[in-house]
Amino acid sequence: MIDLFVQDLLSQQPNFDHAPAWLKSLRANASDRLNYLKFPTTKDEEWRNNNFSELKDIALTTVDSIVEEPITNPIHILDDHILPESAESLITFIDGRFSHEFSALEGLPTGVFIGSFKNFTHLGIDLAASLFPHIGKYADPEDFFVALNTACIDDIAVVYIPKNLNFAPTLQLLFVSHQGSISQPRCLIIVESGGSLNLVESYIGQDSPHFCNTVTEIYLGANARINHTKVQRESDTAIWISHCAIAQERSSSYTKNAIVLGAKKSRTNLQVQQLGEHTETNLNGLTLIGGEQISDTHTAIAHNFPNGNSQQLHKCIADERSHCIFNGKILVAQAAQLTNSKQLSRNLLLSPKARIDTKPQLEIFADNVKCAHGATISQIDADELFYLQSRCIDLESARKLLTYAFAAEVISKIPVDSLRETLSEVVLAKTH
Amino acid sequence: MIVENSKVILSVKNLTAEVEGVQILKGVNLEVKAGEVHAIMGPNGSGKSTFSKVLAGHPDYAVTGGEVIFKGQNLLELPPEERSRAGVFLAFQYPLEIPGVTNSDFLRLAYNTLQKQKGLAELDLLDFDDYVQDKLKVVEMNPSFLSRSVNEGFSGGEKKRNEILQMAILEPKLAILDETDSGLDIDALRIVSNGVNQLSTAENCTVLITHYQRLLDYIIPDFIHVMESGKIVLTGGKELALELESRGYDWITEEVKV
Repeated sequence: MIDLFVQDLLSQQPNFDHAPAWLKSLRANASDRLNYLKFPTTKDEEWRNNNFSELKDIALTTVDSIVEEPITNPIHILDDHILPESAESLITFIDGRFSHEFSALEGLPTGVFIGSFKNFTHLGIDLAASLFPHIGKYADPEDFFVALNTACIDDIAVVYIPKNLNFAPTLQLLFVSHQGSISQPRCLIIVESGGSLNLVESYIGQDSPHFCNTVTEIYLGANARINHTKVQRESDTAIWISHCAIAQERSSSYTKNAIVLGAKKSRTNLQVQQLGEHTETNLNGLTLIGGEQISDTHTAIAHNFPNGNSQQLHKCIADERSHCIFNGKILVAQAAQLTNSKQLSRNLLLSPKARIDTKPQLEIFADNVKCAHGATISQIDADELFYLQSRCIDLESARKLLTYAFAAEVISKIPVDSLRETLSEVVLAKTH
Repeated sequence: MIVENSKVILSVKNLTAEVEGVQILKGVNLEVKAGEVHAIMGPNGSGKSTFSKVLAGHPDYAVTGGEVIFKGQNLLELPPEERSRAGVFLAFQYPLEIPGVTNSDFLRLAYNTLQKQKGLAELDLLDFDDYVQDKLKVVEMNPSFLSRSVNEGFSGGEKKRNEILQMAILEPKLAILDETDSGLDIDALRIVSNGVNQLSTAENCTVLITHYQRLLDYIIPDFIHVMESGKIVLTGGKELALELESRGYDWITEEVKV
């Protein structure tokens, strides 16, 4: 029995008539799965802390993406979010639609394809051979929201870095949600063997209720490197669900810094599969929320081959009546001997009404591995406050400084100067 | 140094204090004048560290009686930050680590807060850097420590040197050094002591809290007090340290009982 919410959504989908057959069939298969996949409720273990049923009640409309006229109303918030480092390597989607006006993709090296899939199709550039082996292969097809996104794929933000190419500029993918709408961004990032990429994926929204359901699939060939920063600064009325699935071939290195600040309700799913030996995965996360915000992060790293490394640091700061959830799985398959894995979940409660749930999960089937994990939930330490006070600093400033410091450990890892500075300021302002 | 007719900086009268309902200080009396160095010695659990924390205003300790006058002001009614701004400095036995805050940001914030309090101009990054360079020499500290997080990954000796660096920057009127010698090797002890000696003037005063005589070979006190069961039970000159070193504290405990 198909969910009415889904039916409504699918019926609003524009037909991308020029879509190649493989994309049409990908969408059709996902539509079929939605016949039996159920809208997750708090009765589902993986969703028990975060209830998204209100999505069904909100009258949201998708933007008619067939209309090709450029978006003319200036979106003031955009300028604040475009990174100076990415002035010449920027893809912007506004309400799910590629914006030529706010994208800058001139002078890309030969063999690099960055931009809107739809646009490439219009230009007669056939990327099927590069994209088809990867699209829809990594994000869990049985996940309700992944299926919903796939069933509605209209355009794809494509990033293709060929073999042994080091793409030097910071590439920014900027997704803007705007007015009452549903947007379902889809990204496909492919870095072929020996290539490298520094990527920033930003989600921002104007002050209006909207729903953003994004799926990003990332493939790293052998020895490829990606440093990926994902920043969610949606409006506080938005609902944001994100899936990011990463597949790593041998000796590749993937580093992620994920920052969640916005949205009324948000959910982050992150799945990493190591597909070869000597693979390295570093995940750093910071969730800083207040008010009535709820933010839920579920991560899974699957070590399937020997000599894999993974390091994860996830930090949550919950103020006022907010609620942070972290669920971090580390899977070490029988074959993954000599895996070295560390996971740390550190959480800070700033108010008596705030709530944090954290659940580290290790499933280890190999017998010769090093796996460490830990979780702490605390308030600001009274002795640390006293230390600062005894150095002339008043209680309020001391509290602010210690909260900032807690967040700064993650922010300081972001390799893009302007973004690091902006986020430091945002965090300082939020830690009043 | 003992200075004729110098001003009383700290006057403690019959101070009693408790932590979690247990009385630790049972009537401490102490007077410290400008220029003087006092050492408070005593066995473990005698209340030495509690005394230092009560003076600095640690919230876990409740004062139940007596008074503490600092430069004519009732110290006990001030919150910890007001005490430090007024010129009380406590060098911690176990300095805290603050990951994510660089030492230089921390020092500058503390210094500028104090400048503001005094109605003086705050220093910007560059000017503060110049100011700190001189202070680093006091404790022979490598400038690279400024860009590291406060005390994070510092060795025991480095942490204590960092405490004395903070003292050099804040220029307190009363410095209380709580077991500053604990965990120091002989070189670090020399450096830390040299630092304290350099900072000691006829205008300020120092209270050393220590268990061992060793520190007093480097920082020569004008007075030594022995604390026992929450009270100062014996006061003498620097020679008292040697007697304590050879005879231990037991004889004092016995005498107090008698």
